[in-house]
Amino acid sequence: MEELSIWWTDSSLWLVAAGTFLLSVSAAVVGSFTFLQKRSLVGDAVAHSILPGLALAFLISGTKDPWWLLLGALISGWLSLMVMDYLSRRTKLSQDTAIASVLSVFFGLGILLLTYIQNQASGHQSGLDQFMFGQAAAMSKQDLWVYMGLSMLLIAISILFYKEFKLISFNPDFAVSIGLPVRLLRILQNSLMVLAIALGIQAVGVVLMAALLITPSAAARSYTDRLRSMILIASLIAGVSALIGTAISFSAPGMPTGPWIVMGLSVIALISLFLAPNKGILSRVLLQRRNQRKISDENVLKAFYHFGERQGTLAKWMELEDLNKVREFRLEELQAALKRLLRKGHLLRQGGRYQFSRAGLDEARRIVRLHRLWEMYLTTRLRLKSDHIHPIAETMEHIITPEIEAQLLEDLDYPEKDPHQSPIPYQS
Amino acid sequence: MSTEGQLHRAPVLEVHNLSASYNRKPVLWDIDFRLEGGQIAGIVGPNGSGKTTLLRNIMGLMEADSGYVKLFGGDLKDVREKVSYVPQRESVDWDFPVSVREVVEMGRFRSRNLMRRLKAQDQDLVDQALEKVGMLEYAQRQISQLSGGQQQRVFLARALAQNADLYLMDEPFVGVDAATEDAILGVLSALRNQGKTVVIVHHDLQTAYQYFDSMILLNTRLVAYGPKEKVFTKETLQEAYGGRLTVLSKLSEVIAQSEFPVRERGFKENTGSGDGGA
Repeated sequence: MEELSIWWTDSSLWLVAAGTFLLSVSAAVVGSFTFLQKRSLVGDAVAHSILPGLALAFLISGTKDPWWLLLGALISGWLSLMVMDYLSRRTKLSQDTAIASVLSVFFGLGILLLTYIQNQASGHQSGLDQFMFGQAAAMSKQDLWVYMGLSMLLIAISILFYKEFKLISFNPDFAVSIGLPVRLLRILQNSLMVLAIALGIQAVGVVLMAALLITPSAAARSYTDRLRSMILIASLIAGVSALIGTAISFSAPGMPTGPWIVMGLSVIALISLFLAPNKGILSRVLLQRRNQRKISDENVLKAFYHFGERQGTLAKWMELEDLNKVREFRLEELQAALKRLLRKGHLLRQGGRYQFSRAGLDEARRIVRLHRLWEMYLTTRLRLKSDHIHPIAETMEHIITPEIEAQLLEDLDYPEKDPHQSPIPYQS
Repeated sequence: MSTEGQLHRAPVLEVHNLSASYNRKPVLWDIDFRLEGGQIAGIVGPNGSGKTTLLRNIMGLMEADSGYVKLFGGDLKDVREKVSYVPQRESVDWDFPVSVREVVEMGRFRSRNLMRRLKAQDQDLVDQALEKVGMLEYAQRQISQLSGGQQQRVFLARALAQNADLYLMDEPFVGVDAATEDAILGVLSALRNQGKTVVIVHHDLQTAYQYFDSMILLNTRLVAYGPKEKVFTKETLQEAYGGRLTVLSKLSEVIAQSEFPVRERGFKENTGSGDGGA
């Protein structure tokens, strides 16, 4: 509780929280386009390639002044982009090879320089390793204001050029064809990316920066099909994770911010991939289970119908053994389906015997009708032999929608019998 | 001698001695033709005959090895708004998170309205374009939920929204259903009736005669061009579709492998009155 009170009263803490929040949101906004252009790996390579720039800027200027560091980061970030571009266009190297080589060469150089700085007996060196994993709490107030201002600038430019960025991400050739300055827009977009990375590493560090750039959009994409809302949701996810990371890093002294922000992001992203409505893995699994149940319910109804048809009457109490004369069912599957059919009011029960309700009979007729109509369609339109069509119709009867049924009926002109000469049942 | 008269006489599209390479391999050799306005023209040829490369060169999306292209008697950059380009459907990612309407809106983007929102008039044109291709009711759909034919119609609507005078389309009939084919043909003949010009890259000989008024028959070199009755003869078709010129394609391979320039330095023509290819 005491810690909490420190939290509320420490104003520098609020400033740091606001800073990491803005840094993360700007990275998410800029990263949305990186993600959609399928350049996630490029983003990762640029983040790693910024390290030598930072180290050199420190060596030359002898300070940790944010402007010097950003200048160094921008130069080495852009340099890495140009080298990657040159390698993949002018040599036989594939793009992923170019990315991997640039990443390792630049990062290796950065580590060398960093080691050199740390071996020098200078008092300033202590802060530099924060660039590896980020330590938001170590930022001074003035630095924070600079970073926050620049983050807001990045977001503002992205909003200003939203329309054009959307087009050059979706269809760059078309953008060229209507005379947009695509080359300039690309340079602007790359600069935004490099700057967002240079800023973001203050919060999460070089190693984890790609996560801040890409993960929010990847998570947000599973909630929406609109770019605008994708960017908004991505910003929200990034912002919340930033606050979580800062809070944890503050409550445990010496704890780096970056890994906690990235942990927060990853948890949200995982949850999104699993639980997002419609596109999440869970909802797809549930849909498949619903389909499976629908299939077995419909098969049970159809089996009752076939049995009744053989007996010459559908208004009859039927035993479960009778069903097995028509079609083999697994016992548990059958029991579960019967339970659901009773609950839906499609079947009536007396003792161990079952009979159609009116609604159930209509439903059974519909299923048998679809099956027989589809067999009809297969033989007359696709000219399949009548002994080949049953298995295909067996699956299609569960899938055909009312619209397709109406079209089928019209197309086949309301046939009376199917290819096996069984009557096609219509509603009574 | 008025400028207007001159403009009127200038062909809508003039390609002069154009040679171009794809991945350093020459695929177009000295293509030379002129196209009058107010018609539907097909660029027809077998696979790998350089049709798309020709179209991309006309649109300034590639750099030619030699020769030049004139549109409405001038340079592309001066007549951008009169020219509309419909890329191949497969050239974009249809999973991209935008709606049908947002794609068609792109037809109204200009360098003039950079950083600005579209105006109400632009939105009206977008509506009309969607209606013309029968996609207005799908305006809010995400583009991945469309069938191939519907996606093609979205691209067509985007081109219509541009309100151009010359339309250049890359294989708009590939993989579309009958309804879309009819919709596209309807839109095309409406454009022709307004005196506009449509140039279509098309690989299917069966339908080419039915679709187009005139044809540019291509197989890395220009085989024939002109009214379809003139172009569609047994001899020209045989020449275009009856196999490659083996020496020519061998030479292309050598050029691609040995990094020879296709044209020697200083040869590149950039301007010229153009003697045409009558």
